[in-house]
Amino acid sequence: MITTTNLSKKYNGKQVLNIAHLEIPKGQSFGLVGNNGAGKTTYFSLLLDLIQPTTGDIKSNNIQVNLSEDWKSFTSSFIDESFLIGYLTAEEYFYFIGELRGQNKADVDALVNQFEDFFHGEILKQKKYLRDLSKGNQKKAGIVAALIGNPEVIILDEPFANLDPTTQIRLKNIIKDLAEQKGVTVLVSSHDLMHVTDVCERIVVLEKGEIIKDIATSGETLKELESYFAGSLEI
Amino acid sequence: MGFFALYFIIIFLALGVGMFPMLKKIFPESDPFVMFNSFIFYWILGDLVIRFFFQKLPVMSVKPLLTLPIKRKKVVNFVLGKSALSFFNFLPLFAIVPFGVTLISKEYNVSMVLVWMLTIVIFTLINNYLNFIIESLSSKTELSFLPIILIAGGLFALNHFGIINISELLAAGIQSIANNPLFLIIPILILVGLYLFNFKILRDKLFLDSSLKTKTQEVYASNLEWTKKFGDIAPFMQLDLKLLWRNKRPKSSVWMLFLGLSYGVFIYPNPLGAMYAFGGIIITGIFLINFGQFIPAWDSGYYKMLMSQNIRYKQYLKSKYTLMTLSVIILFVLSIPYVYFGWKILLAHFAAAIYNIGVNTYVILLGGSFNRKKIDLNQRAAFNFQGTGAVQWIIGLPLIVLPMGIFGIAKWLFSFEIGISVLIFLGVLGIILHEKLMKFITNKYLNSKYKMIAAFDQDN
Repeated sequence: MITTTNLSKKYNGKQVLNIAHLEIPKGQSFGLVGNNGAGKTTYFSLLLDLIQPTTGDIKSNNIQVNLSEDWKSFTSSFIDESFLIGYLTAEEYFYFIGELRGQNKADVDALVNQFEDFFHGEILKQKKYLRDLSKGNQKKAGIVAALIGNPEVIILDEPFANLDPTTQIRLKNIIKDLAEQKGVTVLVSSHDLMHVTDVCERIVVLEKGEIIKDIATSGETLKELESYFAGSLEI
Repeated sequence: MGFFALYFIIIFLALGVGMFPMLKKIFPESDPFVMFNSFIFYWILGDLVIRFFFQKLPVMSVKPLLTLPIKRKKVVNFVLGKSALSFFNFLPLFAIVPFGVTLISKEYNVSMVLVWMLTIVIFTLINNYLNFIIESLSSKTELSFLPIILIAGGLFALNHFGIINISELLAAGIQSIANNPLFLIIPILILVGLYLFNFKILRDKLFLDSSLKTKTQEVYASNLEWTKKFGDIAPFMQLDLKLLWRNKRPKSSVWMLFLGLSYGVFIYPNPLGAMYAFGGIIITGIFLINFGQFIPAWDSGYYKMLMSQNIRYKQYLKSKYTLMTLSVIILFVLSIPYVYFGWKILLAHFAAAIYNIGVNTYVILLGGSFNRKKIDLNQRAAFNFQGTGAVQWIIGLPLIVLPMGIFGIAKWLFSFEIGISVLIFLGVLGIILHEKLMKFITNKYLNSKYKMIAAFDQDN
């Protein structure tokens, strides 16, 4: 589904990302972990054609993302709060995203209503603008907005950060369900090793822009990751 | 807004330079210095009202200081001191200094003029601190702007109907201070008193749950169904309308409409040359200029999201174009009463409106593709220069000066009618070439996509 070849990104001669080859098959729940500055967000930004690669390319469904825009119709994402429009209410924001993705109000309502649990009564019918919601609630709205319009690829950067424990668990179920039941390719980055091992079938560790580990998740994975990150402390 | 700050500076400068000869001409019998002082009352009153609506105490900037080992007293002094550096306090200097220099050159007593200038500066600062007190007292009530209107209106009425002649009393006061610097102590004492009062109010309020609390706004919702008539650009138009109505800064460009519309009252009573075109372009294009100069920076906060969505740039830009075009048409209709000053004005407005739609909309959209400055929508509106860069200044030239020049030359070479026709012709040409021009502009935006994303991602 997503093929990355010889991808690199340099800022002022300094390499921040260098991936020779990475293949993410359809329907996989894919986790990206790494310390700050490891290149997680850079990779996602390249995938969304928000920045230009220095070399190489990413093909999504055989569409090279920086040459054609056709991947946009089946890809959705929530990277950070800058993906929200602060002066809209959550409903208005969902409808707006829905319009962009060819969904009418009824479609959007039907989808959004499935997440009543997840919202915990704090998002819909609040008569509040998104900018006035707490960080955690903003994140909830952004994540659900990324599910509108039946996307085949969903990219979530740090989805667990700022969420309360209940919501984290609910989010894990949502992500698992998307990959297993609906065949959606879900890309998640996280600093939280436990969540990411719970959710993802496959975990890739980035360090200084390079792939260090590529693990198919098993019972041992969490230990392996923890010892890796504990070890990199001492270096 | 940068445009308007400069505009006010120029107006004040012109006022300062031209005041002396003007007063001499209108009131040949009296001393211009004395006359000027008798107007100061009105100026103070106006200044206070404008401050009330546009100037806010910069309290939010101290939030990070609260947890640092700095004494509360120091923080409060910092906020109050910082407010003295506001643009509002510097603006009067642009009028006061040239007027003072003129006085000195006319052989008024130098030390008297200097004391007078100092007095005015103190008065400005008194207004500065008085405003914050009025604001903090009236913010507790429902109709927060009522007290200031009542106070200002009351004082004005007392003076106007001659019940108490405040303006003359004040003029006499200023006069005696200028003659005897010892009296300076009175305004200084008032200033110190106001400062201390502010200090007391602020020290009691500097907590996260009182004055530092970010206000949540009540949602204003309407369905904006009528935008559906515009077809596939409807979602963007709805977004733009909400942007305008729900954010402080873009909202001020709506209020500017009224300022722009009333502009003709000031220029049309005078003989006009190329000013026909100037008035027309400004009056029918005030929204276009004010809103358009920050396309696409208005959307800078969520630009990344827009770029990752399945949108067509063309629709995005077309929505802005439609909005600006509508504003020009509406403003043209509203400005029809200016026909009172002659049919030529109406004709000039019509030509300018066509030119605005057919040329200026494209120019400003094109200028936007060079826009690399982010705008934070939640920031205050008045005299906010954020997002203002060289582009905004350069774009002003073709927008206003070019049509003035074209019209002026055509009028000078041939006639008024030819000048009007040329403007209309250019506008119609632009409207005919709409598709081609929009395509060209869209490509410009596409080419600078990455640069814009990177620029909007940064905090200036």
